[in-house]
Amino acid sequence: MRLTGAQALIKSLEMQGVETVFGLPGGAILPVYDPLLESPIRHILVRHEQGAGHAAEGFAQATGRPGVAIVTSGPAATNIVTAVADAYVDSIPIVVITGQVATTSIGTDAFQETDTTGITMSVTKHNWLITQARDIPRVIAEAFHVATTGRPGPVVVDFPKDVANDTMEWYWPRRLDLPGYQPTVKGHPKMIEQAAAMIASASRPVIYAGGGLIRAGAAPELGALVERTGIPVVTTLMARGVLPDSNPLCLGMPGMHGNFTAVTALQQSDLVIALGARFDDRVTGKVDAFAAKARIIHVDIDPAELGKVRRPDVPIVGDVKSVIPEIVRHLPAQGRDLSGWLAQLDAWREQYPYSYEPPLPGAPIKPQYVVERLSALAPPDTIAVSGVGQHQMWASQYFRFESPNTWINSGGLGTMGFAVPAAIGAKAGRPRSTVWAIDGDGCFQMTAQELVTATAERIPIKVAILNNGYLGMVRQWQEMFYEERYSEVFLSPDLPDYVKWAEAMGAVGFRVDQVSDVDPVIEKANQIDDRPVVIDFRVDTFEKVYPMVPAGAPNDDIVLPPHQLKGR
Amino acid sequence: MAERSSNLVPIGSIRPHTGGRHHILSVLVENRAGVLARVSLLFSRRGYNIYSLAVAPTDDERFSRLTIVVDVETVPLEQITKQLHKLINVIKITEIDPADALEYECMLATINAEAGARAKVMELVEIFHGEIIDVSLDRLTVVFALSPEKLDDVEAFLAEFGLIELQRTGRIALSKLPKPTRRPKKG
Repeated sequence: MRLTGAQALIKSLEMQGVETVFGLPGGAILPVYDPLLESPIRHILVRHEQGAGHAAEGFAQATGRPGVAIVTSGPAATNIVTAVADAYVDSIPIVVITGQVATTSIGTDAFQETDTTGITMSVTKHNWLITQARDIPRVIAEAFHVATTGRPGPVVVDFPKDVANDTMEWYWPRRLDLPGYQPTVKGHPKMIEQAAAMIASASRPVIYAGGGLIRAGAAPELGALVERTGIPVVTTLMARGVLPDSNPLCLGMPGMHGNFTAVTALQQSDLVIALGARFDDRVTGKVDAFAAKARIIHVDIDPAELGKVRRPDVPIVGDVKSVIPEIVRHLPAQGRDLSGWLAQLDAWREQYPYSYEPPLPGAPIKPQYVVERLSALAPPDTIAVSGVGQHQMWASQYFRFESPNTWINSGGLGTMGFAVPAAIGAKAGRPRSTVWAIDGDGCFQMTAQELVTATAERIPIKVAILNNGYLGMVRQWQEMFYEERYSEVFLSPDLPDYVKWAEAMGAVGFRVDQVSDVDPVIEKANQIDDRPVVIDFRVDTFEKVYPMVPAGAPNDDIVLPPHQLKGR
Repeated sequence: MAERSSNLVPIGSIRPHTGGRHHILSVLVENRAGVLARVSLLFSRRGYNIYSLAVAPTDDERFSRLTIVVDVETVPLEQITKQLHKLINVIKITEIDPADALEYECMLATINAEAGARAKVMELVEIFHGEIIDVSLDRLTVVFALSPEKLDDVEAFLAEFGLIELQRTGRIALSKLPKPTRRPKKG
């Protein structure tokens, strides 16, 4: 069967089981958009290529399957680089196809030419420039394999126009020849034995659960380990939901804006069991002072993570999904009694929960309250997506997560504007789930045009803007560390008019500025299922995210909210 | 010491300046376009400097071998090699212990060799087993293949006469121990 390169590309995507792609056509990718008309693949037309990338990420995070984006060359390719870099840091499997000028024009500064493989080399797991049509099925098969196995990540396939127009004899590769790519999945038996012994003898152990557990689909394995050992768990920003918040052993989020108990449990522990976590500086604070008395077991599929920040006592390279059951298998029948340790944690939890001061009558709504109500009124299986900033931290603190893949955000790169397009991707992947984007006013303005995509493609996401009229997190830092010298952080709560903006994009718009309206409007929004909804929550400008460990400070210097400091 | 000619850019020694931190990595990679860029980008992205890098295809045309000399503490080196391993095109990385290393490097140099100096230059070339490959009225172009340290010495001697142009290749190395950086055979 002879196919054009473009047909071969689409067929290769079909062979990979791709059902949905996010994209925007243009000159160099034009040939690929033609056979798409005959394909069962659903194409979702975004309004900006960054949106295509984040939507692919949201799709991947919500479904566990790779997200796919197709864009053209030059500016389209550079527009999607932010999303590619975002996926790289958070280990999200996405496959990005970029159009490229004809191979005969590469290197001539042709119209809409950029060196896409060169630009994306340091923010992809791997990338390819296809130079002949017969390579297409092989490269696409390799691309999906690399993106989804080992430590997942983004890949880019750069696809020149003449290759798309050329013809090839169709085949599908039976096996892949990637001699330099053999991820280690099974943990080393000796190390696993050592880990089990260390776990059995620890008196103040903590499991440090990272986003790798979510990527590996290892929530059940983690649950089994916790049930067997009774060891408490901190769930990082990327791992929220991997253990249900309702589990008494779930301590919640550690780190810069983590809760007192999770942060202090790590600091006071004698054994940290890091599973799919990378000792990010937002978790460790000052590295030398992080969990200084603890021995470390570190399980990660990426060998480069072991010892990158903190040298583990027991390093295990492997997939957490297969390593955790092996560790459990080697645990002695009787572990140590942890009741003293757990009682201490409970006391801390009692004394220092997440908390904020309730507003005085007539005062603006507290953003934390909005998140609490969104969470309380959310239908089962709701997915929460956030942008980056104060609203992200409040969402991770006050939303209750009961299952994995229900919390999607930009952790490592901290990409503002992530929420709206990622929510579209999540909803496209899991249409039966309610998807709430909890966004900031600054973030929303970066990618709000994708609401047009949501309306046009009938992807009814819901957006809650915590509108405090500021770039809130920057404002908080200027308040705390720059003597309240507020430089270029004021956005205005009224400009733009978010309700009109939402309506202009075909969405339903609401404004809430009374506490009494919070519940009724959220309930109304939850019932709308035929178009996107945007709620402009006018929230307290002066609210800060607490607790907080200042950047670079030791975690022992955790700053509690002022009302909790009294009596400490 | 004779004046260096004005167009000469001193290149200095590639001998890493501190003892004990000098590491030689022998890296077997797939022989594909862009692999060298990926490797060198990884070093710059992670903030490490390459002292010397030599690359050539191997006897198996599917693979090339890079010899990379870096000057770092052992801990960052471990991170470098782990990150290098993550590159899809990297097959195998071996660190060659400098104590067991056979290291070689080539140098081409054009030197001022007017009538008075010519005999001395020729004597030097003979002592260091070099070869004169081009001769003109007042210049000689010579080639040497030596250990990098010896080459440093030769370079210093030649500078006495006035270097006009000089080019070094970067070092290549093999271990005296039987630890070849070949792709392991399956099975």
